[in-house]
Parts: sequence; structure tokens; C-alpha cells
Amino acid sequence: MSPLDLLVAAPLAFMVAALVLGQGGRWLILAAGPVMLGLSAWLLALPPDAAHLVGNWDLPLGILLRADGVARLLVPATCVCFVAVALYAWPEFSPKAGRETARAHTFWPMLYLMWGGSNAGYLTTDLFNLYVTIEMVSLAAVALAAMGSLAAGLQYFMIALVGSLAYLLGVALLAGHYDTVDATLLAVRARPDLPTVLALAVMTAGLLVKAALFPLHGWLPPAHAAAPAPASALLSAIVVKLGFVIILRLWFEAFAEVVRPAAIHLLGGMGALAVIYGSIQAIRQERLKPLVAYSTVAQLGYLFLAFPLIWNARIPGEPWAAVLVHAVAHMLAKAAMFLAAGLMLKAVAGDRISDLGGLARAMPLSVTAFALAAISLMGLPPSGGFTAKFLLLHAAIEQGQVIYAGVLVIGGLLGAAYLFRPLSVAFGASAAPVVRAEGALRVAAPLTLAALAIALGFAGMTLIELSSIGAPPAIALPLAEEPGP
Amino acid sequence: MSLPAALGHLFPLTGAALVGLGLFGFIILRHPLRQLLAVNVIAAGIFLILGGLGRGEDVTDPYPQALVITGIVVSVALTALGAAMITRLAEDRCAPAPTPEPPGDRDA
Repeated sequence: MSPLDLLVAAPLAFMVAALVLGQGGRWLILAAGPVMLGLSAWLLALPPDAAHLVGNWDLPLGILLRADGVARLLVPATCVCFVAVALYAWPEFSPKAGRETARAHTFWPMLYLMWGGSNAGYLTTDLFNLYVTIEMVSLAAVALAAMGSLAAGLQYFMIALVGSLAYLLGVALLAGHYDTVDATLLAVRARPDLPTVLALAVMTAGLLVKAALFPLHGWLPPAHAAAPAPASALLSAIVVKLGFVIILRLWFEAFAEVVRPAAIHLLGGMGALAVIYGSIQAIRQERLKPLVAYSTVAQLGYLFLAFPLIWNARIPGEPWAAVLVHAVAHMLAKAAMFLAAGLMLKAVAGDRISDLGGLARAMPLSVTAFALAAISLMGLPPSGGFTAKFLLLHAAIEQGQVIYAGVLVIGGLLGAAYLFRPLSVAFGASAAPVVRAEGALRVAAPLTLAALAIALGFAGMTLIELSSIGAPPAIALPLAEEPGP
Repeated sequence: MSLPAALGHLFPLTGAALVGLGLFGFIILRHPLRQLLAVNVIAAGIFLILGGLGRGEDVTDPYPQALVITGIVVSVALTALGAAMITRLAEDRCAPAPTPEPPGDRDA
């Protein structure tokens, strides 16, 4: 037994238990929380080259689980998000809440399914196994999105299905061409020929749909904005990250020798456009949850904007760490923001930003959580978002990439513009709405997540060291020469 | 053995044609049920490519076949979920007005 096994197996076991227990499934988090937090701590304490072959099958056939820097950062962050969201969701998805008992039945198994799927996605290097994990996470995500709006859920389902199939087509081409679909073996065997480039192109296209990179983001705002707050938090924090992590693995590990600068700048350009477009759309929103959803579109742009910065860097480890810290910081901050927004909207009559007037006096802790999350999302110091954006900006200026540096700065300003708006309304003088007392447990979840996103800003060096564990050779060593176009 | 070699190419090529047809259908069709079927055509094409590429001269590589079987299981599960969601959506839409919608033949 290894923690790498258990990190995947335990959530799936809890999923089965939640199915059996039905409405009592919510109690499981009391066991799952400590178990998963313990396993995450164990993962962090593993030796740097820790890896595990599932069932001891050797590599061309077997499935390799590996504790590299990506997994060491994202698995614990995912774990913290799930625990916080589950504690927040406890009263909402319990039979006592009244009419919607079917939701109390379905929410908990879906939560554990998504947990197991995303952990497997971060740990495995087998591209076909990644296809299965994508589908596990998508299935849970579609079910959660459909809790808010069935139409939006169905639209998401269709798009996600085509995205996964595009990815599967790429896997099929690779399996036929190289007789293996393991990323570590492909890193050695990959040649820049037509089947490989074609496979990488269709896989990336499919994953970009999953990761909702502009202009393939169309499904995200309606699905994320309509879902109940805990579901929105999981969708925005966890689900879109998996597509990003797989693209990161493909481009910098498995096919580092195949990728050409034109392609990497295409991804970076799409990321830059996503930052601008998502921020402008967020500014234009009148309602709170679509604003937060479009903020996700913008923040995902930074993850891809970093690709050319990693590729061209003299010391690629720095932007590599930056992009992972950004993923973690966004995960924590966005989950916190959706949870806080859920509390705030529950207290007021409408769902418009103008309805939030005077809320800071009525529910100070929820608004504080929202504000702390906003600080990290805007990239104000000290926060995880600041560390990430500072490292990216540093890399961009060092490489003379003026456009990317400009987008980073403008994106921060636009972020401030759309996030200050709901806050200024909430802090504004207005007849304070009468609200019930904030439930201590429910406020604690977004507050903890937001505080962690801020705390990341104080752990800069630790995070950079963590991210460099088991980094692909292209990242660990400075690139000797830049490949020609 | 020239005939089996030609047949070996026949399967992936048929699969590629199916993927193209399915994608075309997915893009031009509006009704979710038709889209779901189109997605299934794409999936069938991909499984044919995957299986066909593993076909050797004398012996067939079991590895792609194992992948195909797993893929079919995933595909069946997701199709069921999609069909269930489409049914639920149709029920929800029919609930206020009891008369069911006429089948959408215009996009056929």
C-alpha cells in the first residue's frame, strides 16, 4: 500500500459508502476529511522520487502513479477545498433542509467521485487512465451543474463529451504509433512526425474545452453561475484545473521535444485574450454569480499565458512554479469566493450586485471572506495570487515579452475593477438588510479557504521548492538552445 | 499477405470517416438526442481506429483492445447519463403544457 494508491482508492470507497448510506452520506465527511488530509500530508512527506506501479504491472502496460511537484501542490489544495466545501454543504444537502431530498442523495457520492477522479488525474502519467479520470470528473461535474440548471448542465455535458472524445482520439493515435500511452515513456520515444503532432493537437483541443480557455469557454458561465454555491465552488476550483494539468503534462513533459514556438505562442495568446475578455465580461455583469464565473474565465487565462513564459525562460523553474502557485491560489480563492457569494445571496432578496447594499454590516464575516479571496484573485500582496503574478511578470519582463507583461498588468487592474464593485456596494451606506445570524460552520469554510489563499503569499520559497520536485527535464534544466520555428 | 494488410487500413479509415460524420452531425444537429447519437458515432469511429491500429499481420495486439473495452464502458455510462438528462429536461418542459412537442423533423 502506498498513499498514492489510497489517495485515489479512499474517495472512491467513500463514494460507494455514500451511495449505500443515501441521505446519511453527509456524515462521511467526518471520516473522509481527516483521512484525506492525513494522506495529503503523507504525500508531502514522501521522498522526492516516490512512484507506485498499480498492481505491480510493469510500465508499457501498467499504470504509474507519481508524486511529482504538480501532484504535491494540487492534491493537498484539492483536499482542503473538498473538506471546506463539504462542511459548507452539510446543512444545504441534508434531509432537514426540506423539499429537495433527491439532492441530498446525489450530492455526496458526486463529491467523492470528483475527489477520486481529480486525485487520480494529478497522480497518474498514463494518458488513457487520464481519459478515464477526465470522464469521472466530468460526470460528477455535469451532475452537479445540472442541480442548478438542467439546460446548462446538458449543454456542458455535450461539450465535455466531445472534448473527451477528441482527447481519446489523440490517445488512440498515440497507442497505435508508439505502443504505449505513458507520458514518461512518450517523453523518451516521441518524434516530431505527423501522427504525433496530430495527436497532440486533437488532445489539446479537447482539453482546452474542458479547461474552458477562451474562445472555448462558452459553457462555463451559465453552468457555474446557475449551480448551487457548493457545486459552483467545486466546478470553478477543481474541474477546470484537471484539463489544465493534463495540458501542462503533455506540452512540457511527454511532448517537450515536439512542441514548436508558434504553437506555444498560440496558447499564450489565447490565454492573454481570455484574461482581457473574461475581465471585461465580468465588469459588465449585473449579477454576482456570473461575475465570479467570468472571473474564472479570466483567471484561467493566466495559466495558459504562462506557457510561452515557461518555454522561453532562462530558468524555467520560476514561471513553472508561478503557474502552479496560481492554480493553487485560484483554487482556494475561487472556492472561497463562490461559498461567500452563496452566503451573501442567500441573505438578500435578489441576485444582483445592487442588492448587496449594506451587507458588510449585516454579515461582516462573509464579506470579509469575499474580500480576502478578492485580494488573492486581484494579485495584491501578500497573497498566493500576488506571488504567482509577480513571478510571471518578472519572467515576462526578463524575456522582453512586452505584450504578456502588459496583459498581466492590465488583467490585474481589470480584476480590481470587477471585484471592487460588489465590495463597494456591500460596504456602502444603505439600510442594512435584516439577515439571520451567519452559521459559524458555514462562514468558517470560505474564511479558511480565503485565509489559506492569502497565507500562500508567505510560503513562496517552500512552494517553489515543492513545485520543482520531479519536474520534467525541460523545466529542471535550463534549455540549452531554443528550437527553431 | 497483401489482403490482410489492406484490410488493416480499412478499419482505421472507416473509423476516421465515422468520426468525421459524427462531428458533422454534432455541429449541424440541434436536438440534444440527435447530438448524443452523433457523439456516439464519433465514439464508435474512435474505437474502430484504436482497434484497427492494433491489428497485426498474424497476431492482434491485445493492448488496444483492452483500451477499447474500457472506452466502451465509459461511453455507455455517459450515454445513459445524457439520455437520462434529456428525458428529464423534456419532462420538465412538458410539465406546464401537457401537449408534447411535435418531433423536430426540420433538422433531419
